[in-house]
Amino acid sequence: MTDLPETTDRKLGLVIDLDTCVGCHACVVSCKGWNTENYGAPLSDRDPYGADPSGTFLNRVHSYEVEPEEGAPQLVHFPKSCLHCEDAPCVTVCPTGASFKRGADGIVLVNEADCIGCGLCAWACPYGAREMDAAEGVMKKCTLCVDRIYNENLAQEDRVPACVRTCPAGARHFGDLGDPDSDVSRLVAERGGMDLMPEQGTTPVNKYLPPRPRDTLGTGARAAQAPSLEPVAEDAQGWLGWLDRALSRF
Amino acid sequence: MHPAPSVIVFTTLSGAGFGLLFWLGLGVPDVRGLSAFAFFVIAYLLAAGGLMASTLHLGRPERALKAFTQWRTSWLSREAWLSVAALLAMAAYGAGLVFVDTRVPWLGWLGAALAAATVLATSMIYTQIAAVPRWHTALTPALFLALSAGGGALLAGQVTAALALLALAAVVQIAWWLRGDGALALSRTDMSSATGLPGRVRAFEPPHTGPNYLLREMVFRVGRKHALKLRGIALVLGYLAPVVLLLVPFAHWLAAVAVLAHLAGIAVSRWLFFAEAEHVVGLYYGMR
Ligand code: SF4
Ligand code: SF4
Ligand code: SF4
Repeated sequence: MTDLPETTDRKLGLVIDLDTCVGCHACVVSCKGWNTENYGAPLSDRDPYGADPSGTFLNRVHSYEVEPEEGAPQLVHFPKSCLHCEDAPCVTVCPTGASFKRGADGIVLVNEADCIGCGLCAWACPYGAREMDAAEGVMKKCTLCVDRIYNENLAQEDRVPACVRTCPAGARHFGDLGDPDSDVSRLVAERGGMDLMPEQGTTPVNKYLPPRPRDTLGTGARAAQAPSLEPVAEDAQGWLGWLDRALSRF
Repeated sequence: MHPAPSVIVFTTLSGAGFGLLFWLGLGVPDVRGLSAFAFFVIAYLLAAGGLMASTLHLGRPERALKAFTQWRTSWLSREAWLSVAALLAMAAYGAGLVFVDTRVPWLGWLGAALAAATVLATSMIYTQIAAVPRWHTALTPALFLALSAGGGALLAGQVTAALALLALAAVVQIAWWLRGDGALALSRTDMSSATGLPGRVRAFEPPHTGPNYLLREMVFRVGRKHALKLRGIALVLGYLAPVVLLLVPFAHWLAAVAVLAHLAGIAVSRWLFFAEAEHVVGLYYGMR
């Protein structure tokens, strides 16, 4: 049913740390690896070894160059997957009921057996978090690894999303953002976690932690040391000195 | 947004078809027997033909019936219901006119209301998408409704109504274009709000080297540089030509030319409706 639940018991989601993400794309690969053989249809590739490869992914990493008002420009890597929005516009537009938001944990899912592949939900998502699979003709999106987080066949430490489990930099955190005392909520409070495109009114559950200000330790010291880096031997000696003087005379 | 030919054909033809059904339902023109049959065949070919074309862009057309289930929230589902209800009501009403020479006024009015509601539902599918600021305005349903009523009047041979409504539609169309050019800025969504990053943000590297579904479907930018020319063509063919042709002394072939010019012009305008529309996801790629 594409009515959104009034409230959800929990708000499971991700917190993504833009400060520590190193842009390795490991989460992209592990996400594709897990999800192509678990929930729903595989994530197909077209022309994978040819000249024009493209394929379905549930998580992608952008990179941005940021020029702050002061200081040196920074490169920020920016992973993006479904934000499991509380006011998910992708759900209410769906004509078939294939898209839905779960009342128990707030996860936004697609029931692929009902999806007619009209693509309207992908239009409605401002974040580009949904991709139509070209082979299957149905909509694919991040499942928050719903088939891992409750999976009792997995060891306890593996009951987190594949991308979180894989990230070598610890830049992805998983938890209940509806519980103010959870680790992820405390992290968000501490680091000033933010919403993407708040003006779109989607109320995302996933939060992004902004890059910390770069330390300025070096900059002051470098300025103080600048004089000592001036050339010390202006007047050349010997043959070079003669050449210098001779050339200066011209 | 990618201008899928099936969707352009659908919205253009079915808009005109439901417009004609609207006028027929009101009893304008009050036709019976064979001439009523001719009018209804044209209306159904346009309206139902357009609906058929719209199923072509589905990934899973064999499940299309499931689209009737979510009328409580989804405009696409409402459109499905309203279009079928309009076509059924008008079929019963048309059968009365064609076969037993009887007009059941209330049935006609019901059919006309349902036809108008179908066009409204179609326009709301686009209007509701906040992520496409150009579409997200009350001017969108106004444009679809004015065009459908005007095109329908043209098909129904209602010269005065067609003149007035096409002139009105042209005004709405120009207002829609002018507002649209500033719509993205008006939405306040930009690279800063998309990324939340401080300072000047520039896309440095996209996540993938090739194109993907998002870029193909939502960051379609081909032909935008011709937009102004195409707007001119749409205005001349879709609005100006039919009005001029209606003002010269009546001839059947002129009326036919007027209808064809109108449909061609509206198809161009619909192409622009998609091709010019910026989806905010483009910002993540540093594009608009
Ligand atoms: S990020 Fe997009 S797909 Fe995910 S819930 Fe929000 S609107 Fe829907
Ligand atoms: S593509 Fe599938 S999930 Fe998305 S709106 Fe259409 S039917 Fe619903
Ligand atoms: S939670 Fe799972 S599906 Fe979602 S981005 Fe991470 S790995 Fe992919």
